Amino acid sequence: MANSYYDPADLRKFGKITEWSEELGTKFFDYYGKVFEEGALSAREKSLIALAVSHVVKCPYCIDAYTKDGLQKGITKEEMMEAVHVGAAIESGATLVHGVQMMNKYNKLSM
Amino acid sequence: MPPASKHKTRKMEQSIMPKIKKAAKKSLKAQDNELAATNKQLEILNGSIFAEGELPYFKDKIAEIGHFPLRPNKLEILQINVGYMCNQVCEHCHVDAGPDRKEIMTRDTMKQCLEVIRNTEAHTLDLTGGAPEMNPDFRWFVEEAAKAGIKDFIVRSNLTIIRANKKYYDLPEFFKKHNVHVISSMPHYTRGKTDKQRGDGVFDKSIKALQELNAVGYGMPESPLRLDLVYNPSGAYLPGDQAAMERDFKKALDEDFGIQFHNLFAITNLPIARFLDYLIASENYEDYMYALVEAYNPAAVANVMCTNTISISWDGWLYDCDFNQMLDLKVASKVKHIKDYNEDVLNDRNIIISQHCYGCTAGAGSSCQGTVA
Repeated sequence: MANSYYDPADLRKFGKITEWSEELGTKFFDYYGKVFEEGALSAREKSLIALAVSHVVKCPYCIDAYTKDGLQKGITKEEMMEAVHVGAAIESGATLVHGVQMMNKYNKLSM
Repeated sequence: MPPASKHKTRKMEQSIMPKIKKAAKKSLKAQDNELAATNKQLEILNGSIFAEGELPYFKDKIAEIGHFPLRPNKLEILQINVGYMCNQVCEHCHVDAGPDRKEIMTRDTMKQCLEVIRNTEAHTLDLTGGAPEMNPDFRWFVEEAAKAGIKDFIVRSNLTIIRANKKYYDLPEFFKKHNVHVISSMPHYTRGKTDKQRGDGVFDKSIKALQELNAVGYGMPESPLRLDLVYNPSGAYLPGDQAAMERDFKKALDEDFGIQFHNLFAITNLPIARFLDYLIASENYEDYMYALVEAYNPAAVANVMCTNTISISWDGWLYDCDFNQMLDLKVASKVKHIKDYNEDVLNDRNIIISQHCYGCTAGAGSSCQGTVA
């Protein structure tokens, strides 16, 4: 067993999850592949969304994968960083909007 | 944010930003780098991850689909490398070209090439380098070769050469006069990414050169004067979808600079020469080979460029492709040199392969003409 939870080399082995459940694994990868195809959104736009979400879910594998994917698609570092900020803004907004709940509760409990 | 702290932030940014690495100034050969020796490169390509069975050898992979030994189809393209001298020293260059390289094709060898060009069945002549224009006999050779009436006559021009010296300023007109098909490298449509790979100032000069080519009619919609661009990644990753990249390039170059061109060819960097040196030094070699093998596309094998191309070096030796030329892997044929050229004998050969060949079968495939699958 590796003595750390995350090993960059494990990303290459992602496909192996299918070995222990072929049906679900295959369905997942088919779905995954389909999601990232050129559609109403371009593959480029999807890559930037994926990069932002990777940061929000704090998945190191995903960050490696979608930084590389962005480079492959000719996405600039400025575009990548802005996408990360979009994720961060939503995440911090999600925290802060709960401030309203705090205010509501505070008001309700106060005389 | 108050102006004072804004200023402070900017200052901090500067101090923590890593210094942008300048493109190399010398070839590996001039640096006496051990990778300048081609046998050392082959040793790496056959070693470690492949020798230990972690990744399959290329020959086993193509044997699975009945393509080993790899054999040529009909010869379509003669690619002539007229010399390794170049005005640029690009970080990824598989030729290890640069101003310090003195290997240049002589007029005598050019005469032997012309003899072949006049008699070949191939429909495309493809001149490359280095910067082919730096060969002192380049113009003479183009004039003579154009007379042979070959269908598609390509010169691979790096663009900055057109702006490098006054004596090259008229190249767009010269190309036009001989109906040359110009194929030029352009790593990105932004200045930062271009200059990082190719050296400071390359972007602005390339833009100017493209505008000059456009001005004489090259690359304009419907124009018979063909201008195509080559994109190759500036780093340890594979090129994205060729059609999508072409769309992005066209949009950006038109909007920002009013530049037109015909097609974009996305080319994969092969792990040899200066790019191999970079992969190893940046500890990306293993990941890159994994990426190439993972992206292996059996459908690309039937049309890899070595099946329709012969590559000729500055000193007249024959190779399956420009990459094998740089690895000094001469064709496995009785005919090994342009002076003995015989198309039938030459076409009856096995193509020499190694693990760098995964670069041409990754994804949609890669060749000097772009994707193949």
